[in-house]
Amino acid sequence: MFLVLCMFIPLIAALFMPFFFKKIRSIHTGWFVLIAPLFLVIFYASYVPIISKGETIIAQFDWIPSLGISFVSYLDGLSLLFSLLISGIGALVVLYSIYYLDRTKEQLHNFYIYLLMFMSAMLGVVQSDNMITLYLFWELTSISSFLLIGYWYNRDKSRFGALKSTLITVGGGMMMLGGFVLLSIMGETFSIRELIEIAPELATHDTFIFALILILLGAFTKSAQFPFYIWLPDAMEAPTPVSAYLHSATMVKAGIYLVARFTPIFALSEVWIWLVAGIGLLTLFWGSFFAVKQTDLKGILAFSTVSQLGLIMSLLGVGAIAYHVDGAQDTIFKYAAFAAIFHLINHATFKGSLFMIAGIVDHETGTRDIRKLGGLMSIMPVSFTVALIGSFSMAGLPPFNGFLSKEMFLTAMLSVKEFDFYNFSTWGILFPVIAWIASVFTFIYSFYFVFKTFTGKYKPEELPTKPHEAPIGMLISPVILASLVVTIFFIPNVIADTFIKPAVVAIQPFLYTNPDQVDIHISAWHGFQPELWMTIGIIVIGFLLFLVLSKWQKMYEASPPKLTLNNLYDFIVYEFSDKWMRNFSGLYMTGSIRGYLAYMFSGIAFIVIGTLFIKDGFKVTFVGASPIRISQLLLILVLVIGTITTVFAKSRMTSIIALGAVGYTVSLFFVMFNAPDLALTQLVIETISVALFLLAFYHLPKFQKVEERTRFRFGRAFVSIAVGVMVTLVALSAHSQKYIESIAKYYKETVYSLAGGGNIVNVILVDYRGFDTLFEITVLAIAGMAIYAMIKLRLSKKGGKL
Amino acid sequence: MEIIMAFVCGFLFMAAIYLILSRSLLRIIIGTGLLSHGAHLLILTMGSFKGSAPPVLSDGVTDYVDPIPQALILTAIVISFGVTAFFLVLAYRAYQELQTDDMTLMKGSEDHE
Repeated sequence: MFLVLCMFIPLIAALFMPFFFKKIRSIHTGWFVLIAPLFLVIFYASYVPIISKGETIIAQFDWIPSLGISFVSYLDGLSLLFSLLISGIGALVVLYSIYYLDRTKEQLHNFYIYLLMFMSAMLGVVQSDNMITLYLFWELTSISSFLLIGYWYNRDKSRFGALKSTLITVGGGMMMLGGFVLLSIMGETFSIRELIEIAPELATHDTFIFALILILLGAFTKSAQFPFYIWLPDAMEAPTPVSAYLHSATMVKAGIYLVARFTPIFALSEVWIWLVAGIGLLTLFWGSFFAVKQTDLKGILAFSTVSQLGLIMSLLGVGAIAYHVDGAQDTIFKYAAFAAIFHLINHATFKGSLFMIAGIVDHETGTRDIRKLGGLMSIMPVSFTVALIGSFSMAGLPPFNGFLSKEMFLTAMLSVKEFDFYNFSTWGILFPVIAWIASVFTFIYSFYFVFKTFTGKYKPEELPTKPHEAPIGMLISPVILASLVVTIFFIPNVIADTFIKPAVVAIQPFLYTNPDQVDIHISAWHGFQPELWMTIGIIVIGFLLFLVLSKWQKMYEASPPKLTLNNLYDFIVYEFSDKWMRNFSGLYMTGSIRGYLAYMFSGIAFIVIGTLFIKDGFKVTFVGASPIRISQLLLILVLVIGTITTVFAKSRMTSIIALGAVGYTVSLFFVMFNAPDLALTQLVIETISVALFLLAFYHLPKFQKVEERTRFRFGRAFVSIAVGVMVTLVALSAHSQKYIESIAKYYKETVYSLAGGGNIVNVILVDYRGFDTLFEITVLAIAGMAIYAMIKLRLSKKGGKL
Repeated sequence: MEIIMAFVCGFLFMAAIYLILSRSLLRIIIGTGLLSHGAHLLILTMGSFKGSAPPVLSDGVTDYVDPIPQALILTAIVISFGVTAFFLVLAYRAYQELQTDDMTLMKGSEDHE
């Protein structure tokens, strides 16, 4: 129970932040915020000994029990690792933000409320076992990310980036919800644990593949995989602590988490392996290739994040292959999931520190443009050291943790071609090749990032402010992360035993039941294996290419600027949905009521006539029809003539009088068909109506002799004929197919005995069905009042006062 | 007779729709008048013309016409009168304020000229 509450601790803390910000101005609000993640780090760290033995802990709080929706906090190796990352890096980011954001100039309470909201949401995502609450927290991360990217809301680019990231991630979230719902229908439960237990059975369902693709779409949009990565570079408009936290270490890994969590369910499917590994590899290459093109420090880091996430994703895909291999514990496929988790930890450490360094450079020099920077090494020695450690780790150089995970990555990729089904033996060779090329580019942009900023020519005249080393408080967090980068290199097996192996058990429960069974030992030196030669190749080629960077960097400008995914997004959002769709709706939403009426009438006629004939409902019989009399025919003739006169009269006077004539003919019909009350009412009402028409006659203008376009007149005639035909057909078939006798017999028999009246129509109106009459009176009263109000109330002339 | 009346009702509807689709406001209201006539006659026709005496109790008569459609029509007549009266005043006020009764000139949206 307390475990469930822990997910909400940051959210609860957020409630107090406006109070701290408004009342205690002298202390930076961040110090109060810091308490929450620090507590969580210590709290979750206390579970590490239990979880690393392979046990799991679960706590539940029912939210909507009748629908099976509950907040379930499920701690296993995977979710504990993520929880520690979230709260740990969260604490460092809060510490960094205390020095980064000015307490007098910024709206700190907004910032920290969003940040804490995000922290709760992330904890919820990684701990939720119930898919519906997982989705709830998932969307909460999107919303808080939206708020954080748009933190400086008076900047155009911030709002653009916030909108873009939200459209893409929320769109993916919706897809994911669809996948969850499909899964829950197939497995009849929302619990992921229970779904994993019946995974082989799930795979036999027809909708399994749809659930798979929908959930993958959710994961790919969130984790910025190809082609959905485009929101991430634009999200760099957020304050740097946010970029470091959300867009490198935590939120973008929610998709990774999702793929890892659902691997036991979907690993059976060939599609899953191909999509996750293939898209991951494509993203890895794409991100690393375009990172070299960027000139903005955070832009480089954004593309590098995209690329590294692709790396982790492809490893998870290859890790799923282990499901299909007999005795996978003895093969090298087992490395993949292990390497994925290992690289995830490493990436969180070095990328977090690099973002903080980018923020420091921005903060101290006033620019992030790499073309203006240079030669800062002697001015900012600490930042340079941290950047060097982070970049070398990112490039995969010893003695930093990136080296170890990159070696394992290459090992896993080399193993793919040995997998001999699902066409992997044919295409598998592409995996190590693409991975190697991408690694070369990774090496180049890592060097590009650190050496273009800190070495070379110092250009003080181009910098907005005079640069100097950052305050000590700002350096604490990146230094801690950088020291972790080095520490992990020297004690990788401690990290592996504590964190990685329990997580691997969670990802590959089909291979292991206990962390002790994961017999992988990380060694920095593993002899002259192919992967070592590959690494040497990366370093040599990468270094040579870096030296001649200025020669070939221009080739990026050669690619057509119109043919980018960003342009596609802009086209969809601004051209297509905005302009094209508006033009399209402008085609039929003309604002002319005649057009709308024509649509409605022809639509009704079309549907009714069509239904009559499709359902074979049209039928005419003369059985049961009453005889025709000459007097009635004469009356019909009068009615028809009157109607034609009304329609084609040139003056309104003729038209009104002809309408009156029609009305009186109708009342004559009522006389002829034995309806005395109707005849009376119709006579009176028609008289009053004609009087009213004549009254309006004085005020309304003469019929104007407007030349209508003949096209519309034909259309008008066509629509009206269609409606007339429809009414006739419906009337004929309704008359010819009567199945039930009228209930009038009851009224006729009881009108005197029960109601004490003789006029059946009147008794029906006031006795049997008196409610109709009551509200008909109401209608008249409302009409009367409305007419009165309309005539009396002249707001526009009296200056809008009653 | 019912067969012929079905055609008459169809004809009234046709004329009414033709008027409703015209440009002048007054013609539209005349069209609604014709439309309600058509609807009332249709209700009466569908109730069938069987029976030879009006639905008022009198000695020795058993062959009354169906009273229910008549009650329904009576209600409908009053309601359509109320609505027509309201429409007429609305048209009158609209003409006063806008100085036109041409429906093509009365457009709500400013985007589409």
